[in-house]
Amino acid sequence: MTVYVKGVVFDGVDFDDPNSWNIDAYIQRGGYAALKKIIAEGITQDTIIAELKTSSLRGRGGAGFPTGLKWSFMPRSFPGQKYLVCNTDEGEPGTFKDLDIIVNNPHALIEGMIIGGYAMGITVGYNYIHGEVFAAYERFEAALEEARRAGFLGDNILGSDFCFQLHGHHGYGAYICGEETALLESLEGKKGQPRFKPPFPASYGLYGKPTTINNTETFASVPYIIREGGQKFLELGKPNNGGTKLFSVSGHVNRPGNFEVPLGLPFSELLEMAGGMRGGKKIKAVIPGGSSAPVLPGHIMMETTMDYDAIAKAGSMLGSGAVIVMDETVCMVKALRRLSYFYFEESCGQCTPCREGTGWLYRVVDRIERGLGRPEDLDLLESVGKNIAGRTICALGDAAVMPVQGMLKHFRAEFLHHIEHKKCIVPGY
Amino acid sequence: MLEIEIDGTKLTVPNGTTVIEAARSIGTHIPHFCYHKKLSIAANCRMCLVQVEKAPKPLPACATPVNDGMKVFTHSDMAVKAQQGVMEFLLINHPLDCPICDQGGECQLQDLAVGYGGSNSRYEEEKRVVPNKDLGPLISTDMTRCIHCTRCVRFTEEVAGMQEIGMAGRGEHSEIMSFIGMTVDSEISGNVIDLCPVGALTSKPFRYTARTWELSRRKSVSPHDGLGANLIVQVKSDRVMRVLPLENEAINECWIADRDRFAYEALNSEQRLTKPMLKQGGQWIETDWQSALEYVGNGLKSISREYGAESIAVVGTPHSTLEELFLLNKLSSALGAGAASFAGRYADARLTKAQQGATWLGLAIGDVAQSKAVVVVGSTIRKEQPLLAQRLRQAVKRGLNLSIINPMDDELFTKLSGKLIVRPDQMVEAVAAVVKAAAEHKQQTVPAEVADVVVSDDARSIAKQLVAAAASEGGRATVLLGNLAAHNPRAAEIAALANQLAAVTGATLGWMSEAANTVGAQVLGMEAGNALVKPRKAVLLFNTEVEFDSHDAQVALATVKQAEMVVAFSAFKHAGVEYADVLLPITPFSETAGSFVNMEGKLQTFNGVVKPLGDSRPGWKVLRVLGNLLGLEGFDFDNAEAVRKAALPQGEVGIAAKLNNAVNGVVVTLQPAGAGLVRLGEVPIYQGDALVRRAPSLQKTRDAAAPMVSLSAATAKQASVAAGDKVQVKQGDAQAQFTVAIDAGLAEGVVRLPVAHPKTVMLGAMFAPIQLTRA
Amino acid sequence: MSDLNSGLSPDSLAQIDREVAKYPAEQKRSAVMSALRIAQVEKGWLSADTIKLVADYLGIAPMAAHEVATFYNMYDRSPVGKYKLTVCTNLPCALSGGAEAGEYLQKKLGIHYNETTADGKFTLKEGECMGACGYAPVLLVNNHTMCNHMTPDAIDRKLAEFN
Ligand SMILES: Cc1cc2nc3c(=O)[nH]c(=O)nc-3n(C[C@H](O)[C@H](O)[C@H](O)COP(=O)(O)O)c2cc1C
Ligand code: SF4
Ligand code: FES
Repeated sequence: MTVYVKGVVFDGVDFDDPNSWNIDAYIQRGGYAALKKIIAEGITQDTIIAELKTSSLRGRGGAGFPTGLKWSFMPRSFPGQKYLVCNTDEGEPGTFKDLDIIVNNPHALIEGMIIGGYAMGITVGYNYIHGEVFAAYERFEAALEEARRAGFLGDNILGSDFCFQLHGHHGYGAYICGEETALLESLEGKKGQPRFKPPFPASYGLYGKPTTINNTETFASVPYIIREGGQKFLELGKPNNGGTKLFSVSGHVNRPGNFEVPLGLPFSELLEMAGGMRGGKKIKAVIPGGSSAPVLPGHIMMETTMDYDAIAKAGSMLGSGAVIVMDETVCMVKALRRLSYFYFEESCGQCTPCREGTGWLYRVVDRIERGLGRPEDLDLLESVGKNIAGRTICALGDAAVMPVQGMLKHFRAEFLHHIEHKKCIVPGY
Repeated sequence: MLEIEIDGTKLTVPNGTTVIEAARSIGTHIPHFCYHKKLSIAANCRMCLVQVEKAPKPLPACATPVNDGMKVFTHSDMAVKAQQGVMEFLLINHPLDCPICDQGGECQLQDLAVGYGGSNSRYEEEKRVVPNKDLGPLISTDMTRCIHCTRCVRFTEEVAGMQEIGMAGRGEHSEIMSFIGMTVDSEISGNVIDLCPVGALTSKPFRYTARTWELSRRKSVSPHDGLGANLIVQVKSDRVMRVLPLENEAINECWIADRDRFAYEALNSEQRLTKPMLKQGGQWIETDWQSALEYVGNGLKSISREYGAESIAVVGTPHSTLEELFLLNKLSSALGAGAASFAGRYADARLTKAQQGATWLGLAIGDVAQSKAVVVVGSTIRKEQPLLAQRLRQAVKRGLNLSIINPMDDELFTKLSGKLIVRPDQMVEAVAAVVKAAAEHKQQTVPAEVADVVVSDDARSIAKQLVAAAASEGGRATVLLGNLAAHNPRAAEIAALANQLAAVTGATLGWMSEAANTVGAQVLGMEAGNALVKPRKAVLLFNTEVEFDSHDAQVALATVKQAEMVVAFSAFKHAGVEYADVLLPITPFSETAGSFVNMEGKLQTFNGVVKPLGDSRPGWKVLRVLGNLLGLEGFDFDNAEAVRKAALPQGEVGIAAKLNNAVNGVVVTLQPAGAGLVRLGEVPIYQGDALVRRAPSLQKTRDAAAPMVSLSAATAKQASVAAGDKVQVKQGDAQAQFTVAIDAGLAEGVVRLPVAHPKTVMLGAMFAPIQLTRA
Repeated sequence: MSDLNSGLSPDSLAQIDREVAKYPAEQKRSAVMSALRIAQVEKGWLSADTIKLVADYLGIAPMAAHEVATFYNMYDRSPVGKYKLTVCTNLPCALSGGAEAGEYLQKKLGIHYNETTADGKFTLKEGECMGACGYAPVLLVNNHTMCNHMTPDAIDRKLAEFN
């Protein structure tokens, strides 16, 4: 279920209407007006990028990098081919917002990408879609066809001399392809193994050409910003945290789903919107930004607002906005074991610390869970984690360490109990 | 230029230098596994992590470009901790059984681990076990030892040109392998053995035959193709155990071809000839040197007396040393038999007459790849010159336009900018077309002899590329002739037109020499061509197997069979047991001092690496004794060096003075394509010389597979045969049966069937008319 | 060249051609993921021969295609049942019954993960996050059809559909 309070990405979408995704419905709720305005008024590239900077839109893929700044890095006057790429490889445990965007409002994304192409002088774009949500890939392809037929996409858009081609590309089961350079490798038809940076995609991206990559939600926010102005977007949220954000709430809540709310909303209100704790149980812990963000105890979360700065201050990351809520029945060892398995399973295998280290982490946590842990194991976990973090090609290494560090920081006693008594302090997940 | 400080030492380096290169330039070694200067940067092993001032995390030195004012610490606490951490990760799943590993003693992991690894492993979980793979007859695997550095993968993709090895799977389950059911077939595949920093990929023929510390290392030079790859020959108890590359950037870089690496197996072969032998009453008997040489001396004297010295043929191959060939040639002329001959696969006598000097590459090996356009005329270049082909492949990536004028369109694993694929009997006309196109393009008068040729668009585009490359600033264009041009019955006309092409376009003309000493033999004044095309009374065969080393095996065999005396100087027992009267055991290159002159005219000298086997003796010594025995002048030499001085009184300068690719007085007569089928008979890569023929592991490769008859689909259809059919092949009076394969890269009417192979010797000449019928 | 194509149906080849058209002419390799997917849909799984067919069609090294076919885990490198069921058991799903759904399916089908029922009808796989955690428990049928809220009851109903 999807709920929006002040819609940007989902502005005007009727989730009960099965046709609300299509181009007619989108146009009716003001869609493609931003693009038309740009073409009709000849709005300059600089103006668009300035508007984005004003909006304080930050990348919704996890790192929260200011989008206006990223767009300004693209060597706009570079004469050769350049590419625009959208990252819909959403696979971070807890995150399911981009799926909702593609299924319910694909044209917001398409329009956002067209505007991106215009603003950065790019003529070809690709959207890389997570393989497991194949229906979303098909929906996107259908929407592209609509946009082409309506003259918003392709050669001489709306009669101007601006051309932009956009295509869908699907993954087929590899979390790592969410990492932007792994995604580019995959788009080139290779294994999704991240590239060493520098060079960054802005200078050496797809097929070695300058490339800008943004998350689905990031692009889908752009039409609103151009239509309504960056200032209005900024004011929806709070300074340095402009606009609304989609939060994917999962776990022990009564109404899991996506919630588009202003950045800066108190967590407690978000929890309430999600129907509160399932079965009226006590909140134990929350992972506030997808599985790669350190876990925070429930009581800290209840004091925190949902924005980049506040969550960072509380000791975690807003990340992709995936909020995983756990109640008092959850055994933290078991929870960590599952997450560690995920990183072990999804490591691409390219660089030594990640290939060898993620397996080591998982095996030690697994041993503890099976009652074979030793008190030294917790120090070992921390030490192995230190040997991974910051020494890998991409951030998956860090992402694998983050949950371990968070768990040991806030729930060390529970791990020690598990080691000592060879069983969980609480019954299960 | 950028300034950088490494561990307190300041230096300046050019833009684009990486930290690891900068450190190396001042002798600071940063530990690494995945980095290799000839491969793309993967930065995956993370062993080279160093501290960089202001960087919050340690950075991989191999992938970090130097910034101006950068300060690097390779031994700081941060750097060492990072390196130790990586080493621990590398070892948790690596077997710690160095004593039984074939790489033990020369393992980069072992070497580094001694410096870094804690003595006790903190890893107590189960270790990973990875199944081994079948990569073919040359490379052995022990995949559990693999550290996933992907050097082998990058080598096959980037250097060999085709990704034959890959890393399948993901994460901890990643495995290095070839494609299911396929072996690694590249002609330079063995280099992955050197590249593998651990014992995962090792030499199959060498496996478990020696420990590295038992081996002594001796320098040598490869006796196979015309490149003259530098070798390190490893020896134990007077036996060659292994051959590795000796790095020489100007010649072989850090690579060697598989035949350079694995042909040594023949040195220890059962077929080695170790005693002089005489045939008496149809029986071979072992004898001593004195008796054997006296027999030869007497025989030569009496034949010379009775039939005249012209009835004696002295035949060598360009795989012998300069010292041997010098004395062989001297013996021949002193006997009155004229110059000795040395390149039995040459068939166009006009070429030898027209040549103005020793044909050579025309420029330094390294400079070939600096050209902006190269046209290769008549060469299976990957098989004839594996390492030169590799150089060209790298150059194509940097923008070289490579074209071919060839009777076949074999996969070169590189981008071709143009190609003319024609019947072997139309090679002259193909080159003529490019000459005409070039003249027209430059608005010069078209040479009369090519005026009538039809110019295709492809010929025009090749001509334009050459002209443009030669005219470009600092640019160079090169026309390279290969074995298929040299062996062509109209080789003189091809050479004449290639000279014209170079002249018109401003390109450099070069020959890619057939063998290690092709240039040397010419410098000595030996005669390129086959002396066995007419009846002889006495034949001296030096390191020559006539059925494999001649343009027409049957003609040569008939000649030796009718001769009254045939003397075979050879390291091996060979087919000579049927037609020879004397077998004299001479040593291969590994058991004699000597020298080769490679295709760029470079003289490379080497010493024997092991003692002569049994009673075999270096060829130059045998010829010295024979010369003296015959009472000939000037055969007194104390050592190989003295022979070399006599052969090249002015040393390398003397060589340079003789290098010349010009031909004079060749009449070019354009001809229409022959009406019937024509044979395309190249020499397979592992049949070229006596050593590769006897290297068992090379003989197990795909390149050594039994010869088939290959045809284009259209030709097959016309002949009413299909792939897999058995066909009867008729050449002159000879017949044999082969299986048909389809080769899309052949011109119509071409029947590809290699020569120099035991299965095809019964047939005739390399490029002659041929007939096919369904068997 | 023609016999290389004979292994895939004209329809599959047409689909592959459509994918190839999305990329620059010299970047046909980009289409390898969809080409392998299309081949797998046609053949049921990816044998070495099928992978080679795809590689040859796109003009890339067979090993390059094999690397892709083994890196992404929705490609099946061995035969699977008529219905391949993949349950997400990652933490967010597990908190809402994902792990139980997996266990229920194992019991119900009488097989463990990575096994196929004796009648060749069902293969069960444990999957990683599918980006649909809000609809847990989720089940992916034959890679392309996502089923949400797969409680034991819903599973029973779904399995009945397949009978
Ligand atoms: C292991 C890993 C997984 C990632 N997964 C995703 C993802 O699924 N979706 C996404 O948009 N970004 C993901 N990212 C972040 C991207 O690398 C990149 O920063 C982002 O797509 C940039 O878009 P933005 O600036 O709009 O956020 C991931 C990063 C890492 C290291
Ligand atoms: S086999 Fe050797 S060269 Fe190849 S990846 Fe493994 S360790 Fe590296
Ligand atoms: S040598 Fe630098 S990461 Fe391997």
